[in-house]
Amino acid sequence: MTHPLIRRVPWTLLAFAAALCIPLLASRFYTSLATDILILALFATSLNLLLGTTGLVSFGHAAYFAAGAYTCAILMKNHGMPFTAGFAAAGVVAGLMALVFGFFCVRLTKIYFAMLTLAFAQIVWAICFKWNDVTGGEQGLANVPYPDLGWMASIPGLGGMRVGEHYFYLTLVLVGICLLILRRISESPFGRILTTIRENPERAEFIGIHVRRYELAAFVVAGVFAGLAGALFGIFNRGVFPDFGYWSKSAEVLIMVILGGMAQFWGPLVGAFTLTALNQQITSYTEFWPMVLGLILIILLYAFPAGILGTLVNVLGGRGRRTDA
Amino acid sequence: MLEVRGLRRTFSGFVAIADVTFSVERRQIAAVIGPNGAGKSTLFNLITGHIRPDTGHVRFDDSDITGAPPSAICRMGMGRSFQHANIFPKLTVFENVQAAFIAHRRTGTNFWLKSRSIFADETRVLLRSLGLLGQADTISGTLSYGNQKQLELGLALAADPKMLLLDEPTAGMSSSETKATIELLQQIALERELTLLFTEHDMDVVFAIAQKIAVLHQGRLIAAGTPAEVRSNPEVRRVYLGEQHP
Repeated sequence: MTHPLIRRVPWTLLAFAAALCIPLLASRFYTSLATDILILALFATSLNLLLGTTGLVSFGHAAYFAAGAYTCAILMKNHGMPFTAGFAAAGVVAGLMALVFGFFCVRLTKIYFAMLTLAFAQIVWAICFKWNDVTGGEQGLANVPYPDLGWMASIPGLGGMRVGEHYFYLTLVLVGICLLILRRISESPFGRILTTIRENPERAEFIGIHVRRYELAAFVVAGVFAGLAGALFGIFNRGVFPDFGYWSKSAEVLIMVILGGMAQFWGPLVGAFTLTALNQQITSYTEFWPMVLGLILIILLYAFPAGILGTLVNVLGGRGRRTDA
Repeated sequence: MLEVRGLRRTFSGFVAIADVTFSVERRQIAAVIGPNGAGKSTLFNLITGHIRPDTGHVRFDDSDITGAPPSAICRMGMGRSFQHANIFPKLTVFENVQAAFIAHRRTGTNFWLKSRSIFADETRVLLRSLGLLGQADTISGTLSYGNQKQLELGLALAADPKMLLLDEPTAGMSSSETKATIELLQQIALERELTLLFTEHDMDVVFAIAQKIAVLHQGRLIAAGTPAEVRSNPEVRRVYLGEQHP
């Protein structure tokens, strides 16, 4: 257990309140960076339901992110649908895709599972890349419209803001809700069963758990939330492109989870923050940024073997109990 | 309670289990013995659905369970403990047993309840009967080996089984741990009206508590009966007991 004094502080609420102040205090650039981090945090946390909670290494999580991004963008841009419809549809489409792909993936274990998730993700990427009529092919879909957020101007204090800042608030609230739902799920009886599968799938089977079915359920939930993150990202990015579904995107989100700490619920958020901030800082200093970033990552992973947040909790709490278990 | 008929399983030509037929009556304490490699673990895996038989049938509690998945067989009331303590090592003792309750009572599909307090009373009662209540918040992987085996028994008991299959319940235990475990098993079997089937290396344990003994040798059943019958069986004496009990 973490120290009681540290536990008693309502960290979640404090963080949310602090985030509310970002557009008021920081420049538009940092508000935009914060939006980016929030969306990626949701994406990474959805992956962690598989990685940290269930013990499944998915190497193709970007597929569901891309599916959500394209669904929402196509509906809003080409069919003039409102954001609420596009956002919901993104979750549904990504979830259905995860159901179909997951059905095959959970039949395999370990590295074979990872390879099959990667293969499916590459299929999604190829479809985005080639299906010109629907996805815009290589060019993607540019100029995805912002949702209509004019009503936010009537909220006191938000009047003089630009649409990017309003979009930050929309993202903050939606990501906040999604994260709370994911947290609730990982603390539910369903979540407990997932941890037993991570610990010992053979034994889990013989306390009466249909392991594959639970793995598939986790896969679908993770897919839905990755899709919702994708929908937000497509609008934030003002366009959707095939590389949303490329393997490097899957690797990036995997790094975020491991960097932040997969044994902690908020680990992926810390990882998303660290990787995005590092990326931003280093690219402004040197053109050799991938090399510098790689070196820093190696050092961080050696210094914080349980991830940044995981190591911090271990040091502060002494025992390092998993918060998700 | 349990009836195995003509069970056969080969692994790429090697006959692991050859036409084994035997049965265990309700509330009986039965043992399967045999030298290393006789096929005891394979037989257990065939009964609990981890391996499918090539031919033959397994009947449990008046229904055919041949080829059913382990989770289904478990839910029908067959509990199992494994040869090596087979638990969820990074979860606490409490969480281990609680997970077994969640699985058995089919609350695992609930996405929204808080899992912390669910089945807390049942879990504590079971832990007390196993003598593990004091260690409820310990990470289970750090328990002594004997305690881990007891916890594993708890995982099986949480499913409220009619029958328990125990693969070497005292393997790796000190003689005092062995004695305590045997007493615990006998007591629990009596209280819960359980049928027990176990394998064991320690012949003293087997002849002390088993009411029926089946002897496997090279995948074949060479004898089955009361301890007295098995002890006096000439083939058993020749291939097995003769080596250890001159």
